[in-house]
Amino acid sequence: MNVSLFATCIVDMFQSNVGKSTVELLERLGCTVSFPKGQTCCGQPAYNSGYVKASKDTMKNTIRVFENAEVIVCPSGSCAYMLKEYVHIFKDEPIWQERAQRIADKTYELTQFIVEVLGIENVGAKLSGTATYHPSCHMTRLLKVQQAPMTLLKNVDGLEIIELPLKENCCGFGGTFSVKMGRISEQMVDEKVASVQQTNAHYLIGADGGCLLNIGGRIERQNLEVKTMHIAEVLNSR
Amino acid sequence: MAMKISKNKFNDRLSMNLDNDFMRSAVSSAQHRFQTRRSTAIESLDWEQWRNHGEEIRQHVLEHLDYYLYELSENVAARGGHVFFAKTAEEATNYITNIAKEKQAKKIVKSKSMVTEEINLNTHLEQLGCEVIETDLGEYILQLDDHDPPSHIVTPALHKNKEQIRDIFTEKIGYTASSQPEELAQHARQILRQDYLTADIGITGCNFAVAETGSVCLVTNEGNADLVAALPKTLISVMGLERIVPTFEEMEVLVSMLTRSAVGQKLTSYITVLTGIQEELDVDGPEEFHLVIVDNGRSSILGGEFQSILQCIRCAACVNVCPVYRHVGGHTYGSIYSGPIGAVLSPLLGGYDDYKELPYASTLCGACTDVCPVKIPLHQLLHKHREVIVEREGRAPISESLLMQAFGMGTSSQSIYRFGSKLASTAMKPFTSDDKISSGPGLLKNWTDIRDLPSPKKERFRDWFDTHSKGGRS
Ligand code: SF4
Repeated sequence: MNVSLFATCIVDMFQSNVGKSTVELLERLGCTVSFPKGQTCCGQPAYNSGYVKASKDTMKNTIRVFENAEVIVCPSGSCAYMLKEYVHIFKDEPIWQERAQRIADKTYELTQFIVEVLGIENVGAKLSGTATYHPSCHMTRLLKVQQAPMTLLKNVDGLEIIELPLKENCCGFGGTFSVKMGRISEQMVDEKVASVQQTNAHYLIGADGGCLLNIGGRIERQNLEVKTMHIAEVLNSR
Repeated sequence: MAMKISKNKFNDRLSMNLDNDFMRSAVSSAQHRFQTRRSTAIESLDWEQWRNHGEEIRQHVLEHLDYYLYELSENVAARGGHVFFAKTAEEATNYITNIAKEKQAKKIVKSKSMVTEEINLNTHLEQLGCEVIETDLGEYILQLDDHDPPSHIVTPALHKNKEQIRDIFTEKIGYTASSQPEELAQHARQILRQDYLTADIGITGCNFAVAETGSVCLVTNEGNADLVAALPKTLISVMGLERIVPTFEEMEVLVSMLTRSAVGQKLTSYITVLTGIQEELDVDGPEEFHLVIVDNGRSSILGGEFQSILQCIRCAACVNVCPVYRHVGGHTYGSIYSGPIGAVLSPLLGGYDDYKELPYASTLCGACTDVCPVKIPLHQLLHKHREVIVEREGRAPISESLLMQAFGMGTSSQSIYRFGSKLASTAMKPFTSDDKISSGPGLLKNWTDIRDLPSPKKERFRDWFDTHSKGGRS
């Protein structure tokens, strides 16, 4: 299958390893991966802060770049959901809405794509140790992808998954919330890190770059032992 | 108390509350309790189907609000009651204080009502020389504690722990027993019992008004609304314009959803239904009944992009799951309406001057939207506020606005983005050590005050992909 990868700006700039793992993983599962070079960002930072007009050109760029793709795969639940939201955002611009619908229909978050489209539940990954998984809010509540990451993680050879206490609590990222409301964000991420520590797991795994930058950054700051990994990196471990 | 509960600015309120460990642990354990009880109360139901039904009822009422308001007032009048439509808070308080004057009322007992807080009714009555007594235990505690504002729409004294409540009772009403909730409640009840018997007027809120019969339905934990409504000769119920259901059938559905969502009970301890004045065969009930229907900004929400917020049945399920509320508590919101419902409603009723920060006090995590029994898309309404604040009101800080315009430009043009993202690693070099940024400039400082940031990579992912797709290894 020809997959067009929407890597997200966070991966492009900060987490290139997540992008690499995604590509290698998908290729190993038999896909041909392309990276349309015109892609930038899904538009969320400005859109979620209320700058709807300023973000629409970004979204139009994404639509133009991806509308001819066979499928669009994105290693972020939040950004994948955003691509689907375009349909509502362009509700007053029928032509763009129609084009938005075309990309919405073929956009998948990475684990959702592997399980639901490729029909694969075991990717043949190996990683030894204990891990806990943070189900990010947009992926779980808005995109409604809950099972796929768990299914894939359970089948990673050597990995024992420990359930994260209060897992549905938001980590406090929220895009610009993390800097605009820094003090509240700090309380939230501390609560999340405390939950992670309770599990004593070696790895904290997530499927959203933003949340991982937030939780991982706090873990680094506190010099804790636990290692933060994106699920693509875990599934690409052999 | 009016809707606005503090003169302090948002950030000052925030600092004060973040430092309040008592409050924070009280709120967090209450949230935990409410969440667990709610999950148990809905687990055997097809809750999604209930939510669809709840939403449908509320939307139907809002679409036909004028019809049902007319039907309601006709039926209240037919049963000997008086109906007053108050366009503003002032019209409502004037009407009610006039009744108090006419009755030469000295003592007034009240059951819990957020809308009377919103219109600042108690202050007006007290200025008249009336003694106003809150009979809901939570409200009673706050009243004793020098009118501490409510921090939660269902359990207004949620921010206090039982030791603090015991101290208030000891100081104000000569209490000498323990901090056991049962003993505290018992003591308060004994004192209040006298007040019901000697009050001249009873004032209640209204959970739902039934249009078909002209009844007012009240949901309480303590049965105090029964006494407020039955004992004094004059009864005044105050309701928000939108709190109507067509018939008892819809009322039952919504009450059921309300009690499950609010406190995780299949049924609350007391449901009081008031219909008109005392009739010949009744043993108790008021001789005079007034229903005050308060608009105070609600009708201007109708028909607009925020209309769905009027579906709210004030269950506080959204408050009980909100992670921001858990850390900052109700008083940070600066409004009697706190949590997600408050962050949407307060700016609509009270304006952006006082409440423009509230829509930003959310990660848009969507937990509120998920639990709302009448399916209000709360996180979308919070986002809608942001859009209005930025694009229609032009209230965003200039620095942010410039940054976002730059973002828009940088991410809508492929060449600028490519150039900019390449530059990022060089630009961040002075702040980078060990591949991470621990103390960033400008806005980034707010990030790095709390967490590290990996430095932007010199080889971006796209650069790697280029090599990779040309068959290169890396
Ligand atoms: S917005 Fe929904 S969840 Fe929140 S108080 Fe109202 S009805 Fe309850």
